[in-house]
Amino acid sequence: MISVKDLTKRYARTTAVDHISFDVAKGQIVGFLGPNGAGKTTTMRMLTCFLPPSAGSATVAGFDVLEQPLEVKKRIGYLPETPPLYPEMETVEYLKFVGKLKGLSGPELQKRVDYSCERCAITDVKTKLLGKLSKGYRQRVGLAQAIIHNPDVLILDEPTAGLDPKQINETRDLIKSLAGSHTIILSTHILPEVEQTCEQVVIINKGKLVATDSVRNLQARARGAESVVLEVAGRNGNLEPNAVQAKLAALAGVSQVLCKQQVDSRAVFQVESEKGRLVRGDLARAVVESGWDLNELRPAAMSLEEIFLQLTKSEMPAEKAQAQGAQP
Amino acid sequence: MRNILVICRKELGSYFVSPIAYILLGLFGVIFGYMFWTSLGRFLAYSMEAQMSGSSYPMNLNEQLVRPFLYNIAVILGVFAIPLITMRLFAEEKRSGTIELLATSPIRDMEIVIGKWIAAVMLYACLLLLTAINFIFVFRYGHPDWKPLVVAYLGLLLQAGGLLALGTFISTLTKNQIVAAAVTFGICLLLWIIGWVEYETAAWAHVLSYFSVVNHIESFLRGVLDSKDIIFYATVIFIGLFLTARSMESLRWRS
Repeated sequence: MISVKDLTKRYARTTAVDHISFDVAKGQIVGFLGPNGAGKTTTMRMLTCFLPPSAGSATVAGFDVLEQPLEVKKRIGYLPETPPLYPEMETVEYLKFVGKLKGLSGPELQKRVDYSCERCAITDVKTKLLGKLSKGYRQRVGLAQAIIHNPDVLILDEPTAGLDPKQINETRDLIKSLAGSHTIILSTHILPEVEQTCEQVVIINKGKLVATDSVRNLQARARGAESVVLEVAGRNGNLEPNAVQAKLAALAGVSQVLCKQQVDSRAVFQVESEKGRLVRGDLARAVVESGWDLNELRPAAMSLEEIFLQLTKSEMPAEKAQAQGAQP
Repeated sequence: MRNILVICRKELGSYFVSPIAYILLGLFGVIFGYMFWTSLGRFLAYSMEAQMSGSSYPMNLNEQLVRPFLYNIAVILGVFAIPLITMRLFAEEKRSGTIELLATSPIRDMEIVIGKWIAAVMLYACLLLLTAINFIFVFRYGHPDWKPLVVAYLGLLLQAGGLLALGTFISTLTKNQIVAAAVTFGICLLLWIIGWVEYETAAWAHVLSYFSVVNHIESFLRGVLDSKDIIFYATVIFIGLFLTARSMESLRWRS
């Protein structure tokens, strides 16, 4: 439904989005994850034809954003970070105006307005001035505005920002219920939101793509099933981490050994093993038999937060992280 | 065409929901009412004097009452009302972020621009209609020629169209309505006083006074439909709207 290829946006001094590529299948909910200023909004603005890309291409429902912007715009419902409301309009008046902008008219328009109000639970503020609505209602009117023309694709920029916990839950449920009939991209910097609502995650940082994976795979990583952390100490006060690393990496079933930190004669390693291989016993034996002390051995219970922080750390090259992301 | 109407209706709605339209209509209604009342009084005093001194030269309603009044409308509305009408057109949308809604809807930039401009012209037309009320008295008690009056109002509308197009353009350049209003006011004022170099006979002075928006209204006020003045205003309108559309486009590249 959405296909992004080497999408790039350069400003005078900075590159906001740097060669991002990903695909979204029809009916999916994709979480667009990244710290503030990562380029999420810029990418979304390019997808909605608000900003033209500097390089690369993006197609929505088969239409290129640069070549056929009108066709793309017809198929996209967009909720920007701040809902684009006119404070002097009433809710229904506003939805009718947006509906007309999107090409609806007559009974069809009335039907869609009623449907959107119903769907977003704003029927009780139909005749209120938008300027007088609370934050939660404003957000929901913004969402109603985005679905008014029954678009194939919904692009939601931080749809839950600034809401209270109850409203956040309601909004998430609403978004989930909209999936299936719509393809949804939503951006957020809140991780649990992705876990709860999305099927697919695209993580970007400083304009670069860090990882794209399904939530399930990321969660499997989070459970740490295939990853072990161990702390090794040298007995006589000195330790050659490279030697330990080589020793551990030579074991059968171990795919990768990383030296995470080293203090004096102690070092912490993270060992990734191949799928389905339990290597903890072998690791312990190898360490002890080599004359080192094994201080600690535990499954790397990485939370999604940690994965996120690790992936978005600036010193980590994107390619490496991407490779890790693809290999749970 | 349909999209232009949608935008235009929304803009007119915003004008008449917010106090701006009523403030403009109320304020200028009073101002022009007073102005007309005083110029009518002056006209009557002069004609009385002329009769007493036995002047053989008759007073002319069109020349001595209607035309100076119309000229005042052209200058005062053209300088003071235009910035108040155009300042919010784009600046407000940029400030509140609603420009993103318009720019991501399946309509062309030019349709947005023209829709907003037409709404501004319509509000200005309401102001002009308000000034026309004063002429009811002239027609009731005198016999002025009505045809020059129609031509004059056509000219006033054309002049406003040009200035409103420029004001719309200026409104796209900033998020701040006050800045938009101040710059538009300055430009409208400049385009009026730029014609004051008429006393000069050099070529550059001719060029400068050609750009005076108010100079081009004079033939209209005399009841003369001159194609060169019509073309002048049409050009200003075209340039203003064209610049607005370009500015909207560049907004996308910059923001």
